[in-house]
Amino acid sequence: MILRLLIVMLFLSSNAYSASPVVVGQKDKAFTVETINIKVGDKVRFKNEDPFFHNVFSLSDTAFFDLGSFPKGEHRDITFDKAGVIDVECAIHPSMKMTINVKE
Amino acid sequence: MRVILISMLFSFPMQCLANNYVFEAGHASLQEWLLPDEVPSPKSNPQTQQKIALGKQLFFDNRLSGNKGMSCASCHSPDKGWADNLPTAIGNKGKVLGRASPTIMNTGFNDIQMWDGRSPTLEDQALGPLESDVEMHTDMAELLLFLNNSAYTPIFNRVFPSKGVSKETMAQAIAAFERTLVSNNSPFDQWVKGDSGALTQNQINGFKLFVDSEKGNCAVCHSAPNFTDNGFHNLGLASFGQEKPDVGRYAKVPIKLMKGAFKTPTIRDITLSAPYFHDGSASTLDKVMVHYIKGGEVKTNLSPNLKVLSLTNKETSDIIAFMQSLTTPPEPFNLPVLPL
Ligand code: HEC
Ligand code: HEC
Ligand SMILES: [Cu+2]
Repeated sequence: MILRLLIVMLFLSSNAYSASPVVVGQKDKAFTVETINIKVGDKVRFKNEDPFFHNVFSLSDTAFFDLGSFPKGEHRDITFDKAGVIDVECAIHPSMKMTINVKE
Repeated sequence: MRVILISMLFSFPMQCLANNYVFEAGHASLQEWLLPDEVPSPKSNPQTQQKIALGKQLFFDNRLSGNKGMSCASCHSPDKGWADNLPTAIGNKGKVLGRASPTIMNTGFNDIQMWDGRSPTLEDQALGPLESDVEMHTDMAELLLFLNNSAYTPIFNRVFPSKGVSKETMAQAIAAFERTLVSNNSPFDQWVKGDSGALTQNQINGFKLFVDSEKGNCAVCHSAPNFTDNGFHNLGLASFGQEKPDVGRYAKVPIKLMKGAFKTPTIRDITLSAPYFHDGSASTLDKVMVHYIKGGEVKTNLSPNLKVLSLTNKETSDIIAFMQSLTTPPEPFNLPVLPL
């Protein structure tokens, strides 16, 4: 029963989107990866794994966004539809920085 | 079955919230609270004894200011916890400024400077107060002329052989001096190092509450080892409810969350630098606790990491007793002899 439920849960979470997002964690006040390379149209998922709130934002020309703040276990998704280099930060903890290279 | 699933879901996050400290003097789990032995300094500005001595002279020299009546130490004074014990600073011509002078004790351990984080380094920061009209109001050309025609000149030439007197070398020397201001031998530090008599039972209990996210919830922002996350939070101070409030970090990072957010200050040596908060609104540590227990006065744009606390009076006074254990017993400070 538990197993079946878990399988259903897994199925749901991986199939809810046409393509699975690239996951970037937020752990120990750092992004889990420094740089990722993606293609236009790809989705990135920021997932908070720390027991306190983080934020995700960018003031880059290619992408200007603020995903607000969210606690442990929650995530925010964003799709990039323009090629370029995007500097991503957490406003709460300015030493948290990473880069997304979006290619055509 | 359903019960098992639900309890699985619940037990997982609870476990992760708890820290793994063992509250015994000297325990390995506590060592992350000890500061590194060395204050980090940039490759371009290594510490030397002569440079530190020069920086100390500059820091205390009133002749650096426009009216020759103010030095860095006017607002960051060794006998006032390296701050000024005023609610907010008093600048050039007695003008009351908008923010409190923070302590500069241990600031060399932090990787971002100022309440709003507008300075990345101490070198960058040092020229700000000089050039600010409302602070030291220095005529830089005149100051460089003075430094180049005084007993300072040979000292600069010795410390900076290829550069001599300049704005940059002045800033480097001051930064080098600031990196010697270290508080790392408080009763709390001694307890973490293994002296079981260094803290009272109340203080140990206060530390437990301080790091417990379900109780004091302080360490989420005042984190190891310098009691700061070098991060920015809006604590909902009453002053944020005023018309045209100080927006703090938002001026630098225009993200909604940063409106009214200020940098988490260290609370090492906290007993020496009352009043507290960037606006000087809490005159004592008791008042600081009253603020935190309420979970902030103004609730607009409050930091999501801030909670309303449920603490008994005893628990509150234990947290205060713990904060009082973070002061390194001050040693007599020798003022520098200034070059003529
Ligand atoms: C008129 C009072 C005044 C004088 C003089 C002054 N400061 Fe400050 N200092 C302040 C205030 C106020 C702040 C916080 C300002 C802010 O964050 O907007 C500050 C912040 C700082 C900080 C950042 C500390 C931290 O924790 O972020 C450092 C370092 C510092 N001052 C060093 C100096 C040096 C070096 C000088 C001399 C060149 C100096 N100050 C002169 C009032 C003063
Ligand atoms: C959400 C992050 C956060 C939490 C939680 C937090 N603090 Fe703070 N603390 C800060 C920030 C940011 C400031 C400066 C705020 C300002 O002046 O606007 C501060 C200021 C202080 C000050 C004054 C320091 C000074 O030099 O003026 C003390 C003391 C203090 N906190 C103690 C505590 C205690 C005790 C707790 C737990 C009961 C706690 N803090 C919980 C972020 C936090
Ligand atoms: Cu963060």
